Amino acid sequence: MLPLILENLCFSAGEREIIRSISCEITAGTRTIILGPNGAGKSVLMRLCHGLLTPTSGRVTWQEADAARRARAQAMVFQRPIVLRRSVLANVLYALKLAGVAAGERRPRAENVLDAVGMSALADRPARVLSGGEQQRLALARAWALRPEVLFLDEPTANLDPAATRNIEAIIGAIHDSGAKIMMTTHSLGQARRLGDEILFLNAGRLVEQASVDEFFRQPRTPEAAAFLHGELP
Amino acid sequence: MFAFNTHAQHDTITIASTTSTEQSGLFRHVLPVFEKVSGIRVRVLALGTGQALVVGRRGDADVVFVHDKTAEERFVAEGYGVKRFDVMYNDFVLVGPTSDSARVAGGNDIVIAFRNIAQTRSPLVSRGDRSGTHAAELRLWKLAGIDPHSGRGTWYRETGAGMGPTLNTASVMNAYAFADRGTWLSFRNRGDLALLVAGDPRLFNQYGVMLVNPAKHAHVKAASGQAFIAWLLSPAGQQTIASYRIGGEQLFFPNAPH
Amino acid sequence: MNDISQALSAAAQLIVSADTTLVSIIALSIKVSLVAVLIAAAIGLPAGALLAIARFPGRQALVAVLNALMGLPPVVVGLLIYLLLSRAGPLGEFGLLFTPAAMVVAQAVLVTPIVAALTRQVIEDAWFEYEEQLRSLGAGTMDAALTLLWDTRFALVTVLLAGFGRAAAEVGAVMIVGGNIDGVTRVMTTAIALETSKGDLPLALGLGVVLLGIVIGLNLLAHWVKLGAQRYHG
Repeated sequence: MLPLILENLCFSAGEREIIRSISCEITAGTRTIILGPNGAGKSVLMRLCHGLLTPTSGRVTWQEADAARRARAQAMVFQRPIVLRRSVLANVLYALKLAGVAAGERRPRAENVLDAVGMSALADRPARVLSGGEQQRLALARAWALRPEVLFLDEPTANLDPAATRNIEAIIGAIHDSGAKIMMTTHSLGQARRLGDEILFLNAGRLVEQASVDEFFRQPRTPEAAAFLHGELP
Repeated sequence: MFAFNTHAQHDTITIASTTSTEQSGLFRHVLPVFEKVSGIRVRVLALGTGQALVVGRRGDADVVFVHDKTAEERFVAEGYGVKRFDVMYNDFVLVGPTSDSARVAGGNDIVIAFRNIAQTRSPLVSRGDRSGTHAAELRLWKLAGIDPHSGRGTWYRETGAGMGPTLNTASVMNAYAFADRGTWLSFRNRGDLALLVAGDPRLFNQYGVMLVNPAKHAHVKAASGQAFIAWLLSPAGQQTIASYRIGGEQLFFPNAPH
Repeated sequence: MNDISQALSAAAQLIVSADTTLVSIIALSIKVSLVAVLIAAAIGLPAGALLAIARFPGRQALVAVLNALMGLPPVVVGLLIYLLLSRAGPLGEFGLLFTPAAMVVAQAVLVTPIVAALTRQVIEDAWFEYEEQLRSLGAGTMDAALTLLWDTRFALVTVLLAGFGRAAAEVGAVMIVGGNIDGVTRVMTTAIALETSKGDLPLALGLGVVLLGIVIGLNLLAHWVKLGAQRYHG
């Protein structure tokens, strides 16, 4: 699957250019954090990579020729978790069924992953009545159960309280430890430092900087990144 | 309130008839007797005569039992009916508000009454639905030498509906209406309306019955339909018709040929 | 006021006497409308869901037509079905005219567009919320349609109730194709029309009160069940 190569990637919605000619290579193993001010195009970039949006021009290239396998090697967790109106366990089973996992394998896999995120006790509860943090945990469990090579996370803790945020961060860490590449957007510089290995810094649809977390926070190479780190960009 | 038959596995025929026979309660009185002696179940469609003949023409009923002799004879002549038989008669009546602005009450000349209504431009509600009653009303206007349609929208109102709805309209508008006696007798929402003119021989209302032609529509239940017609015309059937009364008053007078 | 109180006392008498004829008329009304709604659901639910999710040229026009069909004049539908089912019509050989089956057909024709159009609206709203998540999980159009039909089931109960209400309240079409035959095709609405034309307005209105009571009762029951289930499932 990896590295993921973006070439002159552009995306416009009507007249508005949201992503302007982004080219870069995203390697396996690391946790890549996409940072940038509001409206920089972070979420759109991730949706282009995941295939939810089609580029206006340019290319997204994975090292996997088969489209179905390419799709199955990715999963995404959204800012607002969408859980189905059925039990917690059934939510995970549903994703496994869509992914074509053999019937006999689904249940053990779902139970394992619920156990790993600490939700075994909630397995039979209707998912829609869970708290926001629990729903996001379920969304992560559902994604994790798919054993993706790449996990996209779009501001997964934006709506959560600090306790739930820590919980989610721990699970993201565990998913990474299990071998998945993490690509995540966040608003929180602290979270970027805690979870990230590499930063993609976007501003106004352009990739301004690609650097390791250390480098980026210690010594940003561009005035925009510096201004952003000083809280001078929205 | 409603008659309900419980014959289970017997042959069933459908007769297309008029609101006057159904709503006056005649069928509820007559059919159980026939069903008992024959084991044939009868389903009644209560329509205007015009619509009943169309239903027969399309083969959607086995027997047609209506009251517009001219139209019935055309129906038979065109081959849709096998043969037409007189069954019974009753009469039409003119009802209207007790205030009687056209001064027709107590008269027995329907043609004069119609002329008075037209001259005084007193409101009259007509069925206007090509039913047997409507056809009879139009024949009488012709005899009176009046084209009621010249009063359309002013004193002459066509409802395009059945006898009951037309009487309801007349009751609300305090208007005259031309009705069959059976429906009038069983009609409950009279308001200020009363029977004003009756007894003119020209108000004679003949009912006829005919089997829908099996040669036109092969599925017609000819045997059962014919059995029903034969029974209606038999002394037993005629006696049953004669015995139906509302408030002691006989509604239909059997006159089948012997 | 006097008329209304007479009607209410007529309704009370009808209920107290539990007249067997009235009971059979009520039973037929419910049976015919229920079967019609089941048919409408079998066609309208999947059709509405697919129309909400699938994207194809002419879709907007189809939605507009479907919305317009909600206002189909019952008398026109009745007349068309009469002509179809009449012995002289193309489907005459089945002898369905003036039977409860013909009434079911007429009501189903009237109710199917309502179920389909309202379902389309419900599912489209849900699709707006679920689309990215379901596509990320690899759901195709069919998967998504089935998933959303199940997830919006509580809203769809209301849709079916609306359909049932329309079917049970309908008189123009069932009068034409059923013929209001005593003991065979007489339902609540045609009985009301009959009593009205006989000038027995209190009895007609009394029957109307009973009909209204049945429809309200069914709605309350369904609403309760729905509320309970919704409270549990969220």
